Amino acid sequence: MNDPATSTIASKSNLERQTIRRERIKLVLKDKTFIVGALILSFWIILAIFGTVISPRGAGDQDFNFVSQSPSRDFLFGTDANGRDVFSRVILGTRLIVVMAFSATILGTILGTSLGLATGYFKGKFDMIVMRLVEAISAIPVLIIALLAIAALEGRSPTLTVIVIGFVFTPNIARTVRAAVLGESELEYVAAARLRTERTRHILFREILPNVLPPIIVEFTVRLGYAIFAIATLSFLGAGVEYGSPNWGSQIAENWGNIYSNVWWPTAFPALAIASLAVSINLISDSLLEIFEL
Amino acid sequence: MSTTPTLEFRDLEVAYTVRGIDREVVRKVSFSIAPGEAYGLVGESGCGKSTAAFAAMRYLPRNGKITGGSILFEGQDIVGMSTHDISVLRRSAISMVYQNPATALNPTIRIGEQVAEVFELQGFSKSDALAQVEQALIKVQIADPTKVMRRYAHQLSGGMAQRVVIAMALASNPRLLVMDEPTTGLDATVEAEVLDLVRKLRQESGTAVLFISHNLGVIRHMCDRVGVLYAGALVEQGATEEIFSQPSHPYTVGLLRCIPRGGLHKNTDRLDTIPGTPPALGTHFSGCVFADRCALVEDKCRTTQPEMVAVGQSHVARCFHTDKAGSMPRAIDTVTVSVSQNPNRATTGTRLLDIDHLSKAFTQDGHAVHVVNDVSLQVGVGETLGLVGESGAGKTTIAKLILGLYGSDSGSHVVLDGKDLAATLGKRDVKDVGAMQIVFQNPDQALNRRHSVTRIVGRAVQKLRGLSADASTERAHELLSGMRVEATLHSARPVQLSGGLKQRVAISRAFAGAPQLVVCDEPTSALDVSVQATILNLLVDLQKQDGTSFIFISHDLGVVRYISDKIAVLYLGRVVEFGESNRVFQGPHHPYTEALLSSVPNIDGSIRKRIPLTGVIPSPSNPPSGCVLHPRCPRMAGSGVEHLCSSAEPALTEVEPGHFMRCHIPLDQLRTVQN
Amino acid sequence: MKRFILKRLGLSVITVFLVCVIVFFLTHILPGDVARQYLGRGATEDDLQEFRRLFDLDQPLLSQLFSWISDLLQGDLGQSMQYRGPVTDLLLPAIGYSSKLAAVAFLIIVPISIAGGVISAMNRGKKIDRAITVGGLSASVIPEFVWAILLVLIFGVTFQIFPVTAFPRRGDRDLLTQIWHLVLPSISLLLVLFGYIARITRAGVIEALDSDYMRTAVLKGLSRRKAVLKHVLRNALLPTIAVIASQIPYLIGGLIAVEIVFNYPGFGTILKGAVDARDYSVLQAGVIISSFVIILFQLIADILFAVLNPRIRQKVSE
Repeated sequence: MNDPATSTIASKSNLERQTIRRERIKLVLKDKTFIVGALILSFWIILAIFGTVISPRGAGDQDFNFVSQSPSRDFLFGTDANGRDVFSRVILGTRLIVVMAFSATILGTILGTSLGLATGYFKGKFDMIVMRLVEAISAIPVLIIALLAIAALEGRSPTLTVIVIGFVFTPNIARTVRAAVLGESELEYVAAARLRTERTRHILFREILPNVLPPIIVEFTVRLGYAIFAIATLSFLGAGVEYGSPNWGSQIAENWGNIYSNVWWPTAFPALAIASLAVSINLISDSLLEIFEL
Repeated sequence: MSTTPTLEFRDLEVAYTVRGIDREVVRKVSFSIAPGEAYGLVGESGCGKSTAAFAAMRYLPRNGKITGGSILFEGQDIVGMSTHDISVLRRSAISMVYQNPATALNPTIRIGEQVAEVFELQGFSKSDALAQVEQALIKVQIADPTKVMRRYAHQLSGGMAQRVVIAMALASNPRLLVMDEPTTGLDATVEAEVLDLVRKLRQESGTAVLFISHNLGVIRHMCDRVGVLYAGALVEQGATEEIFSQPSHPYTVGLLRCIPRGGLHKNTDRLDTIPGTPPALGTHFSGCVFADRCALVEDKCRTTQPEMVAVGQSHVARCFHTDKAGSMPRAIDTVTVSVSQNPNRATTGTRLLDIDHLSKAFTQDGHAVHVVNDVSLQVGVGETLGLVGESGAGKTTIAKLILGLYGSDSGSHVVLDGKDLAATLGKRDVKDVGAMQIVFQNPDQALNRRHSVTRIVGRAVQKLRGLSADASTERAHELLSGMRVEATLHSARPVQLSGGLKQRVAISRAFAGAPQLVVCDEPTSALDVSVQATILNLLVDLQKQDGTSFIFISHDLGVVRYISDKIAVLYLGRVVEFGESNRVFQGPHHPYTEALLSSVPNIDGSIRKRIPLTGVIPSPSNPPSGCVLHPRCPRMAGSGVEHLCSSAEPALTEVEPGHFMRCHIPLDQLRTVQN
Repeated sequence: MKRFILKRLGLSVITVFLVCVIVFFLTHILPGDVARQYLGRGATEDDLQEFRRLFDLDQPLLSQLFSWISDLLQGDLGQSMQYRGPVTDLLLPAIGYSSKLAAVAFLIIVPISIAGGVISAMNRGKKIDRAITVGGLSASVIPEFVWAILLVLIFGVTFQIFPVTAFPRRGDRDLLTQIWHLVLPSISLLLVLFGYIARITRAGVIEALDSDYMRTAVLKGLSRRKAVLKHVLRNALLPTIAVIASQIPYLIGGLIAVEIVFNYPGFGTILKGAVDARDYSVLQAGVIISSFVIILFQLIADILFAVLNPRIRQKVSE
């Protein structure tokens, strides 16, 4: 085009486009909340991967010469009543909770997103029936239903716990996605897609899904935090993981009775580990919430 | 003027802080309003007019601040005033009426209590205040004030809510009333009533008014003097009559020229445009703010800021060329589109689309609501059918029924090119789907914000033409370039484009499948008038080139008149009048059409006697018996057929060749009373 | 209004029914043999048969479901596998204790969280706002048992300000002592629930502060303080009702861990015992009862919301 007016607009708009993208990336990288959260989370993920290499002792190594020793140079976090090194057990407990939390959340997000997309788009009777079920499931406290399911099934298998938590998360995620989809499917770009004979699957996954990603991502991080919460609590209650395995919740369950005699370290360090992991995920979801302006 | 002005802006500057940078939105604006005077500020979106209005109340958004100049209310500077003093002033001397009356009222407090608050602030006791409310509501012509007082905001119609807001604003007997787009978003007949009311109240009270609007017609009817804002700067100011008859700033001239007004028609006239787009918020200018888009631009315009120059008695313009502005060359975008589609199959005028007995009922809480009732219309090849009517008339529903986005009720027929189409989209052939497309009102919602411009258009080409992905992309680029969307923008996302460009993309998409008919649903109502003209020109070009037919929906009668060959007037889901565009506009009219036409404030300044419609538009879930218009009909009384009107619904009959009406009153009788 | 309440009540009944069905199928259809689970690997086939007969596990599935639901309707929650006595005898006194704890916690949580949200909103963008929102939500993702143990360690063991159990000794059971013992457990629940309630309250207040009607109120000449009191709070706090109701499931879930740490003989302690003993007729009853409570509170919240919100009130009374 040799029209000077439109070409200035074009260059202006190109420039603006770059600045918007740059500003958004900057926003993420400049956000202290995000950076702190990401740093702590990466720390724990690295421990989850390389924990067995880093840890000075094995998870079950016992030394009855050193029972309930307070933190020292040899035992950074002290030892528990069975003479096990708390530091090593905290490091080795990372992998299980991180893997379980991520798997459960991914499972719940996939199921919830599919269900939310379908109910939000098709509405009608299908939506009504599914939403009644969703409402019923979300009226059951997550922890108690998980306890029941785990007790009724094979007991202490982590895989089972992951599946149960994933299923229990599904209605919550479905509800969030459904609300977003309901709003989107009213927009006219969906009508426009129908008017070029797109299949429903294309409309759902290629047109609507990209637009509802921000709430899904935020919901994922929120649920991830809650998965840590739930897994830790379940293992504290003696359900969901092998008893005695190096995981933070069981460690606390085994040792917290000793806090009255001021042996706080076998309890406090795993507790701080749970807290820092959960908080790091919360910081990330919080900053994403702000950046996506949800 | 020797008296102290009620309101005076002196070199006022306002800036918004956006992402840490101050962006100037009001640039050294000066004007004054004498006691009892109505002063209008007019301009396109983003010109700073609303900011100026709120500045007059000293109420700016959290990120806004006054960076220079002063605002004097009766000689007293309010910029530096304490929060308490400004509250006292708002309580007693200045009030405001804004756009969106429905949200301006608190949803959880009864209307009576909300209005009473103003009286309580003036020291009335609670019971006295409530008594005052009743008087205040009567003053704004609310027929049943006690009933309205007990209601909540959501139970009021838009017009009623605006009356309440006006009553609240006038309750303190203010000496200055600021009105920010008070009728934008209201239906034409309601707008006319509210404007009449404001004019009447002003005559009674002698309040000075600062009136903000983007609508030149409204400003012309309401104001004594007018200021024109562009990019935050006042570019011209003067007595209303002078501004409209002798505009002296190139921007004002351009603005007045690009509005489609009475008499202009696509067959004979091409609309003027203002090239380019308004500058982004807070752009820095070293010269004239309008230089980039001005036809008379010279080098010094870009380097030196022009001063206000006197053009007439109290008429000033900020331009070096005030003498030449009035006769400046017309700006017509001569670059015609190059989007050659398949040459059309039939000759212009032959029947393309037949809509027969189209009806649609939605179920709401178990009741059937008839939104569209027995609508029959025809569109010829290369013709434009305009659909007009107020909210609830069913315009958009009809469009969606034709396209198959909603399934019509049984007995309805949509016949395209002799082929009776299935009711819903899924059951139609790809070819038939591609043959009828739509351009929506709001391109922000109509374009997927996650997809690039190329993908949006390319995908439509691919699906509707059955081309390969590569060929589709190539064709999409051709189409877009033909619609004057530059190649550098083809990879952009919609959010990076201006409103006008977005609408061009939407139009490209609609034309991707070589359509025979395109529905345009208020395609320009989200756009500024200068952009509107270029879009209308584009549509007309496309029609002339390919013989495409349009169904054009708009609430703007000027636009519809310009672009339509035939017009259908709708009321409550029914066609009340249908015929050649000229016929419908010249009359004799259906009584509803007559009322609608008379309520539009036009920019020509011709004053037409308003034929008022009484009451409010009934809900389609509970339509009146007989003729649906009869409770509000301006011509029923004394027609001699009153008994018929209230008992039997009239049929759509051909009252003269090619002119259809749904009315019991004989045509000759209508012709007599309307002259 | 009456119709709305009836309709809402009907929906709640359906939800309760669905919960029962879900719970039933969860324990009866999924793989895993309840009898084997309970009795352990050492059990003989005869033991298993006997156990199944005792708990009706040998009946066809549907008839089990119907007899279970009809028992539920008569208030019979089944037999405890561990104690071989009615579950209700075991649960009722425990629920009484838990209600006491929940009530004290509720009275502490609701006003503090709402106040936090309002303060945060009124100071939008300032440090105190960030502290309340980020701090509050961070606290809420840390499990109650972690909080409870840390609180016991700090305020019970180290500084000895609060008692380390929630249940006073036999001698001093006057109301004030009882409440005093419940403060620390309630604070652990507060830390978990504060963040979310405060966040939603904040959002509601900010929305109302930015609303057109707030602008109207200020431009009428109301002082900011008066405008906030009269126009903002009423509209802003309405959605909070629904949010508080939505937190009841988390409150109930949180009770379990808190009761264990504070050695309190409530509902949660019983459930923990049932987990250890695999006594899942008790667990089943626990799920049903807690869901029932949750559905009841949601019903109350919905009706309250409709009564206080004129838009819905009008709509439902038409």
